[in-house]
Order: sequence, then C-alpha cells, then structure tokens
Amino acid sequence: MPLNKEIKKIMVIGSGPIVIGQAAEFDYAGAQACRALKEEGLEVVLVNSNPATIMTDKAMADHIYIEPLTVESIEKIIDIERPDSLLSTLGGQTGLTISMKLAKSGFLESRGVKLLGANPQTIDKAEDRQMFKDTMEKIGQPCIPSRVVENINDALNYLEIVGLPVIIRPAFTLGGTGGGIAKTKEEFLEIASNGLRLSPISQILIEKCVSGWKEIEFEVVRDSKSNVITVCSMENFDPVGVHTGDSIVIAPAVTLSDREYQMLRTASIDIISELKVEGGCNCQFALNPESFEYAVIEVNPRVSRSSALASKATGYPIAKVATKIAIGYTLDEIINQVTGNTYACFEPALDYVVVKFPKWPFDKFVYAKRTLGTQMKATGEVMSIAPTFEQAIMKSVRGAELGLDTLSLPEIENMSADRLLEQLVELGLDTLSLPECEKMTDGQLLKQLYVVDDRRLFVVYEAIKRICGLGGHRTGLVDFEEDFKAKMKNSDFNRKHGQIPSLLDMTIKGIHNITKIDNWFLYKLRNLAEMECNLKFPVKDGSGYLNEDLYLSAKKMGFLDSTIERLSGLKIKSRRKASFKMVDTCAAEFAATTPYFYSTYDDENEALEFIEKSGSDKKRIIVFGSGPIRIGQGIEFDYCSVHCAWALKELGYEAVICNNNPETVSTDFDTGDRLYFDPVQLEDVENVIATEKPFGVIVQFGGQTSIKLTKKLNEMGVNILGTSAEAIDMAEDRERFDKLLEDCNIARPQGYTVFETHEALEAADKLGYPVLLRPSYVLGGQNMIIAHSSADVVEYMEIITKHKIENPVLIDKYMMGTEVEVDAICDGEDFLIPGIMEHIERAGVHSGDSISVYPSQNISAEIKQKIIAYTKRLALALNVKGLLNIQYVVYNNDVYIIEVNPRSSRTVPYISKVTGVPMVDLATKVMFGQKLKDLGYGTGLFPVGEYVAVKVPVFSFEKLHDVDTQLGPEMKSTGEVLGIAKNFQDALVKGLLAAGYSMNKTDKKGVLITVRDTDKPDSIELAEKFRELGFELFGTAGTASFLNKNMVPCNVVQKIHEGDNNILKLIESGEISYVVSTSAKGRLPMRDSVKIRRKTVELSIPCLTSIDTANALVDSLKTGKNINDVEMIDMANMSKNI
Amino acid sequence: MENGNSGKTIARLILSDGTEFVGYSLGAKGTVIGEIVFTTGMTGYLETLTDPSYFGQIVIQTFPLIGNYGVNQSDTESEKPWLSGYIIRDCCNEPSNFRSKKSLSEWLKDNNVVSIQGIDTRKLTRKIRENGVMNGAITTETNIDKEELLSKIQNFKIKDAVKTVSISNEIRLSELDFNYIEGLPKRFKGGRRKFKICLMDFGAKKNILKSLAERGADLVVVPYDTTAEQIKEINPDGIMLSNGPGDPMENICVIENLKKIQELKIPIFGICLGHQLLALANGAKTEKLKYGHRGANQPVVDVQIDRTLVTTQNHGYAVVGDSISDEVGFVSHYNANDKTCEGIEYRKIPAFTVQFHPEACAGPQDTDYLFDRFFDIIDKNKKLKGGC
Repeated sequence: MPLNKEIKKIMVIGSGPIVIGQAAEFDYAGAQACRALKEEGLEVVLVNSNPATIMTDKAMADHIYIEPLTVESIEKIIDIERPDSLLSTLGGQTGLTISMKLAKSGFLESRGVKLLGANPQTIDKAEDRQMFKDTMEKIGQPCIPSRVVENINDALNYLEIVGLPVIIRPAFTLGGTGGGIAKTKEEFLEIASNGLRLSPISQILIEKCVSGWKEIEFEVVRDSKSNVITVCSMENFDPVGVHTGDSIVIAPAVTLSDREYQMLRTASIDIISELKVEGGCNCQFALNPESFEYAVIEVNPRVSRSSALASKATGYPIAKVATKIAIGYTLDEIINQVTGNTYACFEPALDYVVVKFPKWPFDKFVYAKRTLGTQMKATGEVMSIAPTFEQAIMKSVRGAELGLDTLSLPEIENMSADRLLEQLVELGLDTLSLPECEKMTDGQLLKQLYVVDDRRLFVVYEAIKRICGLGGHRTGLVDFEEDFKAKMKNSDFNRKHGQIPSLLDMTIKGIHNITKIDNWFLYKLRNLAEMECNLKFPVKDGSGYLNEDLYLSAKKMGFLDSTIERLSGLKIKSRRKASFKMVDTCAAEFAATTPYFYSTYDDENEALEFIEKSGSDKKRIIVFGSGPIRIGQGIEFDYCSVHCAWALKELGYEAVICNNNPETVSTDFDTGDRLYFDPVQLEDVENVIATEKPFGVIVQFGGQTSIKLTKKLNEMGVNILGTSAEAIDMAEDRERFDKLLEDCNIARPQGYTVFETHEALEAADKLGYPVLLRPSYVLGGQNMIIAHSSADVVEYMEIITKHKIENPVLIDKYMMGTEVEVDAICDGEDFLIPGIMEHIERAGVHSGDSISVYPSQNISAEIKQKIIAYTKRLALALNVKGLLNIQYVVYNNDVYIIEVNPRSSRTVPYISKVTGVPMVDLATKVMFGQKLKDLGYGTGLFPVGEYVAVKVPVFSFEKLHDVDTQLGPEMKSTGEVLGIAKNFQDALVKGLLAAGYSMNKTDKKGVLITVRDTDKPDSIELAEKFRELGFELFGTAGTASFLNKNMVPCNVVQKIHEGDNNILKLIESGEISYVVSTSAKGRLPMRDSVKIRRKTVELSIPCLTSIDTANALVDSLKTGKNINDVEMIDMANMSKNI
Repeated sequence: MENGNSGKTIARLILSDGTEFVGYSLGAKGTVIGEIVFTTGMTGYLETLTDPSYFGQIVIQTFPLIGNYGVNQSDTESEKPWLSGYIIRDCCNEPSNFRSKKSLSEWLKDNNVVSIQGIDTRKLTRKIRENGVMNGAITTETNIDKEELLSKIQNFKIKDAVKTVSISNEIRLSELDFNYIEGLPKRFKGGRRKFKICLMDFGAKKNILKSLAERGADLVVVPYDTTAEQIKEINPDGIMLSNGPGDPMENICVIENLKKIQELKIPIFGICLGHQLLALANGAKTEKLKYGHRGANQPVVDVQIDRTLVTTQNHGYAVVGDSISDEVGFVSHYNANDKTCEGIEYRKIPAFTVQFHPEACAGPQDTDYLFDRFFDIIDKNKKLKGGC
C-alpha cells in the first residue's frame, strides 16, 4: 500500500532528556522519522523536552513543542494542533508509554487521532510479563521458564521441574532485596524462604538461571503486508547477565552456525509476525552454548538503541523505514537509498564486522559501583568497523577515549598473579572455589558471582597474556599457571570434560569457564596479545627498522604507528596510510554510492575512488565529531557538528564528517557529503586527511574530543578553520590565559598551579578556604572539587596522585557568587552575543548541572555592560573566528572570569532555538570570512525576545549505585530539559516538571532539611516558605535547632546511628515530599549525608542539594501553577507569535 | 588470522586477465582452475563448500571471517566438496561451537580443497561484479609458467557438470536414512504425508532430500539421465527436479527426457537447475547472468501472494522470463533486485518450479512452505486420480 491518504498531520513524540538507557539514538531515530515524514509532504508536530536535539530543530518539523513529556501536556498540544495521527514508536520507552496511556484512556479516539506504529495490544503482548509468556507459548517460542509461588512447598515442586541453578526474585522488595541465585538445594531453601519472608505479599518468582548463555539479538522489520526481514544479528561478547547496553557487541553474530542462526532468525520472524508489529522490532535471545536450547529474553516492539546500532552497522535506516511503514508504505515500495534502484525489502549482507563498546561514567564517579548487571550504566557507546574482530576492538577501545591504545590497562598489567586471578573470578560468573570465596557468607558469595565490571575485557586480556606467556611476566606466569591448575583440578569443568589436551587450551578454556565469554572472543584476544608480544620482541630488518611484514600485520590488527613504535622501540621505515572501504549493505554485490567509509590496511581505497568519480571541484572540509556520549560531553556537540555540516553544504563546500558514535545524527551517512566511521583520534584522523586532502578542518564543534587534536594537526600543517590552534592553547594553558586576562584587564578568582600536596595546602592557606581544585585540561569539571578544609585538600591530592595525573592541579579562590554564562560568535572584528544566561545555583555547582535561565533575571544593566565588554575584549584578543563560551561569576557586584572556551558549548543548541540566532550556521560562515554585520543578526547583544527559557539538568542517579547526588563543581547530569514561557515562573514550572520533579500541590507532607553550617542562614527563608505552603518541617539536630532558634518550627529527627527511629526511616515512611540536603563533605558512600541522598533516589523523592535549587522549587510551588495552567508554545512559529 | 603469517605458504590467485592476488595457502596445496564466483552468505560456509552446484567454480566468501564455528559433518550438503577452489579473507583456526569437530583449515586439507586466504576479498568481489564472472586459478606453486597457466585459465570451461555430480545408480531412502540434528526444532507446518517421490539428481543438496523425507516421503533418487519410461516404472506420486551445476542448455538429453516425463502428469517441483531444465523443456530460454545470485539475502516477489520473501540462491544462469509462452505458464516469482525470473507456474502440467532454494541450508527458511505446497499438489492430484 502506498501512503495512507488520510494522514495529513502527524505528531511525533521524542524521548526527552538524555538519561542512561535512553540516549542520542532516539534523536537519530526521531530526526530520521521527521525527515521521512516531511519528504511525504506531511505536516509534522514534534514534542520533546530535550532542547539539545536535532529533532527539535526548525528544519525538522512544522510545529515544535519543547514541553514536558507528560500525558497532560501532550493532551494539551493535541488539542491545539489537532493532528490526525500519532507516531508512537520512535521516542523510546518514554514516547511509547505516553502514547499507550493516551490510547488506553480513549483520549486519542475522542480527538480522532490514529495511533501509528504500534497498537496497545501489541505493546501489552510485548511488555506485560504474563501476556508475553502466553503469546510466546502460543507460537511455540520458549521463554525463560519461571513461576510465581507463595509457599516453600510450591517452590520445591517447581524446582523439581525447572532444575538448578535458578534465580529467585521476591515480589515488591526494593532493588530486588532478598533475591539471588541458588546453585544447590540448600541455597535454594535458604534464599526462597528468605524471599518469601521479605516479600510484603509473600511471593517469589523462581526463574531458570541462564546466566552465561550466549546473548543474541535480531533487528526485524515488518510491514502491513506481512513482509518481514531481519536487518542484522548481533552477538554479545558478555554472555547473558550483563545488560546489552553494557555489553561489548559484535555484528553480525559470529559463533553461530547457520543452523542456530536460522533457528533464531526464524524465531524472530515468527515473533514479530505474531505481535503484528508494523515497523521495527528488537528480539533478544539467550542461547545455550552447549545445545540448540534457547529462550526469548525480551522483545522491544519499537526502534531502540540496538536498532540505531544495527542501522549504522549495516547502512540500513531502520527508523526511516519504520516511519514509512507506519504511514502506509510496504517494504517493497520503499527505495533502498544505498543502491538507489533496489527496495528496502532485503537483508543486508556485511563484508566486515562491527564492534560496539560502551562508555561508562566511572571515571567521573569514582565511588560508583562498577559492577555490571541487568541495570545499564553506560552513558554512551562507540562503534567501529573493520574486516577483523581484532582491528575492530582495537579501534573501539581507542575510540572510547579511555586513554588506551591497546587492550593493556596499566593498573591491571601491574597486578600480581594472585590479584589477577581473584579479579578474574570476581568478574566471572562461576565455579572456581577460591579461598576468598569460601570465606564469604552465602549471601556475599551469591552477590559476588554476579560481579562483572567495566574492566572485564582488560582483565581477561591480561590473563590471556600471562597464560600464553605473552605478558613478559615470567614469574607471575608460572605462579598463575600453577595456581590455575590446582584450582582447575577440582572444578566441575574438569569432571565434565576430562583431561584437557594442551596447556594453552586448558587455560583459555579455563578463562571461558570462569567468565563464560565465548572461546571465539578469547582466541581473538590471544591473537592481539600475541601481536603485542611480537612487537615487544620485534624482528628488525637489515637497516635496524621494524620488519615490514610484522608492521603490516600489526596495522591490520589495529595497532597505531605510535603504539607500534612504543612497544617495539623501533622506527617504522615507511608509514602506511589507511585505505577506506565502503559500507554498502550488500557486500559489494551491487554498485553502491553510499558515502560511508571505514579504514582498513588494504590496497584499494574506495573513498578516493568515490571522490575522484564524483569529480566535484568543491573544496572539502572535515568536521570532527565528539565521540561517545559521556557526562560533560553530550548530544549538544552532535547538534553542532550536524549543523556545521549543513552550513558547509549550503556554503558550497563538501562536508566530510569523522565520528564513531553510532547513536547520533552526525553518523547518518547522508548528513554530510561523506562519513568516515572511525575513532576521532590523531592517527585515524590523519588517515582521513590523507585521503580527503581537505581545504581545512573544523575542530570547534566536537567538544574536547576534537579540540585536543588541534595542536598536532596544526603542527602537521593542516588548515584549522576558525579560531586558531594558538588561541585555543592560550585559553587552555593556565599561564598564557592569566597573561591574556591581565592584558585585557579582566579579573579572575585568584589561584595557583601546584603539583604536590604540600604546595596545595600552602596555596589554599594563602587564598583562604573554600578553594576550588581541579586538574588542568578538563571538560565537564572532571575531578573538580570545592575544598572547605585542609583535610579535603589532602584527600583530593591523594586521589589525583593515585590516578597518575601528570598535568598540574589548579587551585583557585572559590567565590560563591551568581554564575553567568555567555555564548558568543566572533568574526575577528565584530561579535554577537545571542543571549546572557544566569544560573539559579551560585557558582560552585557545575554549569552543566545548574538551572540556567535566559534571559538573565537578576543582573543589573551595569554588570551586563561589563559582561558584554569583557566578552568583546576576550573574543578579539583571542581573535576568535567562530564560537566562544565564557563563564563569569558576579561576586560583590563585580565580574570575574571562571573559564573561556573558544569552541561550541553545551548551551549552543538551546540558545539558538530560544533566540532564533542560528549560532553554528553563523559561526561556520564567519570561519570562511563572512562578516557578522552582513549576516542579518546584528552585532553586540542580540535583543531579548518575549520568552524566558529555563534549562534544567536531568540526572541518572537511580542507575548508578553509591554515587553521591550532591551537586558540586564536578558535572553529574546526563541530560537536560527546557521550559519555555512568557514569564520566568511559568518557564521554571515547565522545566522542573519536564525534569521529573513532582510538583504536587494537593498532597503536602513533610520536608526534611539537613544542611551544612554555611547554608544554615539561607535555610531560614527557605524553610519558612515551605512552612507557609503547609509542609511540616523535619531536620537533623543542628539544622532543626538553628531553625527553631530563628522562629521556624522544625521537628528533630535522629541521625542514622542514633536509633531505630532515624532519618532513613522517616524518608522511607512516605511522609516526606522533599528533601533538602547539603553537606560540607560528600562523595564517600558511607557518609550519612550520602546515605540520605541515596535513599531519596531509591524512593524517587526529589532531593535538592543546593539551597538555590530548593528556593527555585519552592517559589515555583508557591505560584500554585501546574502544567494545565501554562501555555504550550510552538517554537517553530514563535516569531509569528510575537 | 592476519598475524603470524611468517612461515606460511604463499598462494596466488591469478585471474584470466592476468591480475594477481597474493595471499596464503589454506587447505590443500597445488593448482586449480575454475570459474570465480562470490557468495554473500554470512553463515553456512560448510553448506557452500559441499553444494554440488558449485562444481567447477572457485568460490569467494565475501564475509571476511570464515571458519568461526568449525566443521560438523551433519551440516554438509553432499558427501564431498565439489567446487574447484576456495577464497576467503581470514580463516578462524580456533573455532567455537558445541558441535564443531574440527577446524575448517583441517577439513579443507582433509578434503583436498586448494584454498587461499589473506587477500582483499572485497576488492576481488568488486572486480568480478564489474567484469562479470571470470576464470581464474589458485596456485601454491612458485615456479609455474604464468603464460601457460593463463592460457589454461582462459580456455577453461565447465564441462559435464551434471553428469559428474549426479549419482550413477538409483537409491531408495526414507526419513530413517537421514541424521536429523538433535535438538534442532523442526518447522514445517503442512503435516506429514507418506508419498513416494522420485528425485532426479542433477547434483542435489542433501537438504532437499531431507525436506521431503522429514515430511514423510519415501524417496527414489535417480540419476540425471533417467527416462520417462523408467520413472513410469517407479510410479512416484511426485517428481522433484533438483538443483545442480553448470549451463542448463548443455543438458540436451535431460531436456528431451523431461519433455516426456512431464507428459506423465505427475506433479513436479523444480529447484534451481531443475527449474531451468523444465523451462527449457517447455520452449523457454535461459541466459547467463553477469555474476549470478549467490547468497542468503535475495529478495524474491511471489506474485500470487503479493509478498516479498528472503531466499537463498546459488545460480549463474536464469530463465528468460519473457521466453515462457503464456500457454505454457507464467512467471510466479521474480527477483526484487534485478527483476529476473525466479519461479514458474505451469498451466498444462501440475508443476511449479523456483530458481531459489526453499530448502535453505544455508540461509533463510522463509520459503520452505513450498515443500508443503508440493505435497498439497500431490495430494490433490492423487485425489483427482482416485476419483476417476
């Protein structure tokens, strides 16, 4: 069927702020959807609360609402816009859940809105546990066997049927308390009885334990004519037990024979057909590695992170195709963009492999639990493409920006043999009876068996190196082997498999036995270890250079020239540049014109052929992307890279994108003129430059990832467009920066550069506490703290020295003033400030974690003038050509500089959208010599419009155990939302609602306040406001007595160690609506204040860790406004509204 | 493995235009000549290696990592490899699969398959795509006269393909004669029926036999040159025309036989070469495709149910769709990519044939319902006869 003619105006719901588990992949999906709909001439209404997205761009939809993603707001928007259809499957779980609520309540029907993409029956069948089981049973698809029981006899009876091991999950206990894995009958009895006792409804679920099975995924697409195709299969390096988002993934699946592959492919097709999904669907399976037994783990009847990965891995645009299907097309009618003359009804064939590697935030959250399990913890991911797994994993690891160029992690390389074995077992899933484990209580052991963390790959790699004698740890090696053999003697594995033929086999299989990682992967890692060893003891050629064959072999396995020289200590005679191959969906069967390439070390360079064949005489410009999404470097940089590419095309250049993040719009192969999907690292980038021979490169839109390339590229003679490498260095080098400020006559908080603890202490004394400490060259406030005492300084310096950070530490006077942020564009002569933003939280809270308000509400005209003047002075002094971001602190009515970044920033997308100034577009144009005064947006400060915008950060604390939620100079938020309205209060209400704060006016309970001494004076007014609103106040002894003394009645609550009726119990009681908690110290998970804040996360109680945020919230509550009282604003037509 | 190549034997691939690719020897040593074709299937290398349709050909696997799950005899499609040579990028020497009995490189050696690895298979594939099928040779010999080899390559032609791969004496088989893989779910929906089916072996893949047998059929497998009279004597309920290698037009006597066999009015189901031969017997024409269809992802439109299905294919020749007279039948399936004929529905005889492989192995099982359909036609035919 062609386009359904009844569809004229269609609403698309996005996925909201970036949180762990729901990242940029939905911006990619949503942007594809919008483009697919616009292509059909349909009127598109878009709703998303996330302003950093490309989908909320004017070019993407006819009506754009950056509004809270709640049922109420969507209903309001539907009533304003009256769309005839709603597309539900492209906005992640958020979009889907809201759509289903709207469908089930009858609202959609009452407004004549058709639900496209999925229907409630389909969704229920996939999401409701029982309905899912029933559905799978009906079509003969095995699920993981499980049963709900309510007494121990039934539990034992079921155990007879299902067999050990089993997982026991008590119903309705927080975080699965009381559950676990039982491997023996004794364990089973203990855990099951415990679980039954702990469950408030005396109910446990007993589930067959399939941990250690292979985890395989299929991406499937189906249309209304029942045509079904599987786009891609994927296999997890980490077996079942680790969330697929936290797993290293390879596509296509590699360890399945055709029989297993087709068995699961057919199962996927049967499932999607039974669910009658029209669009994309993800099927996850657990496959017993020893048989054909399998179980369906999960089905996602929508586009997902995996579908984004599959799209990038194959070149098949799942979101786009799913959208076309939703509006009536069938697969055999949709043109395959890659070939241009075949249709979307085919299955891609790959002639390379793809590896996805997660990016975890543990470098930021040093106290977070690093173990991986069923809760995803990664904030982002990278993907790499190569002809071999070895090369692909090497690309991934260096592309993930862990500071590694091989799989050898220094901290693990230096581990003792004992410690390594211990680590391996800790990471593993099974069986070795280690003394450490034997000493554990059953409960501890059960927990330990599931401990798998982010360093697993490196631990396994190190173990392989030692086992195979490749690590240069002769002594360690012998011990390790002996130890291993002794332990293997008693293992189940030996009993089952008898004698093992060779030492080599034994040990690799031994690792497999512990970790359950498939041998295929382990042997591939061994190949890499072997190469690393060969490079360490290299063969020289006659003239003392590295042997050519060895060099080429190393290149083909993904080693960088710099790594090869480092390991071998030899010079490379003639460096080889990479050649590039095309991703074409068909393994070269058909001529394709996809401008999508990856590097290899073969002879044929298809990218070069492509460039020559196109015969374009346009100048080529490379735009570097920002790599994986991480805290401090999120989707906003992708927004900038994409806009830059668009601007370049418009200016008549060829835009070439380099990036390695599969979730993003920038890595959609038709965003630029060509895409190079490789790490954004120096040597990789050099290779692209060698092939493209660009006129110039742009580094200022890709965050720190691309900025850090600047110096080297400049040295190589590459033309850096826009602000010079020199200026970038000037802003980042402390001494040069100080000199610059001096020359400009601008003040900054006094500070020093130190290396040692004693220097730090001296400096702090000179400055007077509190002081701000941070390593130089950072983004996102990594490892940055405010020290209130010498003890804080000592603790901090210890952490820094432990992490062997070589750059100096900066120590500054900390000024607790109002923070103001400015994004500006400069052409070298004139400058334009689209807007001045003011932060709600006083300086000290990282700008990315602050609530930011545009236009500033409390800054005097005089100060504003000063800020404008300073901005101009700095922009011109640095000779900025492009974007500039400056953070100021206003303290005692004077303006100080905190930071200058001559590059794009986190706030560029939102300020562009709110002010209507296309910042990236203008910045790109000035790089090519255009002048701001000719570009139609004026110079100086852009006039303030009619609207106020409030950007509110969003965190993922519930996903990260043991992370202190107190805000500070180190950035913690993963995403953001925007509230926009005609006045500040309404915008704030929207922002807070969109960020998920509950703003319940009717159900007023208690407010718990516990603040540090420095915050006590400010807490009086705050507490009084809560009280006036009818909340009952509770406080810890210090806070409560301070409030009471100041005539604000407050109940005293016991501290945690003071008794049973303590503060945690109060929070758990459900009587507390809000918690205000600030503490002088934080971070360490065992501190009371951290425990309190973690408890609020578990219970989803808003916890405000800054008096300023709390004030904003209470003021907002005071207005009594809710979503129904505020106007929904169409951003695409804002100018018309004015 | 792309590392540690030192100490390995160099192998060369030489194309008819003189182009040379240097890689490493895999499997047997020596020199082989054949027609170079590529397959895009990402799994199923053992099925490919033992598919008789590859007789006379040197096969490139476009997927770079081959041998990942080792070798298990029960995955073979015939008793031995029929292809001339094998080209892959990277052979996995430490396979991983619970059914794996040995590594692919051992198997290639044991089965005397001259192979080459470590070359840029994508570059080669693109060359074949642009030039069309080319002849070539793999050699591990270093002091070979290149001119002489080149002339041999250029003069190479696949000959007597069907005759070579077909059985020479009739055999009878039932379900019990096959080893079905333990634990692998069966998935036919049409039910079991005890028919006697005569399979004309032009180089049949084992899974065609299995697909029939597991549905309850007793099989009489006969040589390629079996005549109508002989078949009449066997008195089957249905006739299966198998796949096979080579240029269909070379099989003059088979085509003549088929003209008479179809007169028996016994239901016929043809696959691949069987499809081409029946078309030729009915006056249609076949043509050589530039580089054929080989892989597990070929989209085929079934005109009668208006669906596009993903199929396994392995053929270098195709029936010219327009050459089928309306009187004889019509094109029931066509390739969604290049629109070539993929199936014929006959009007005068109870027959239907397809170019692709509904028996899969390797590849998708989406079209295996065609075997059930064959059984339905037999059923109907028997009832008609019974009713007379």
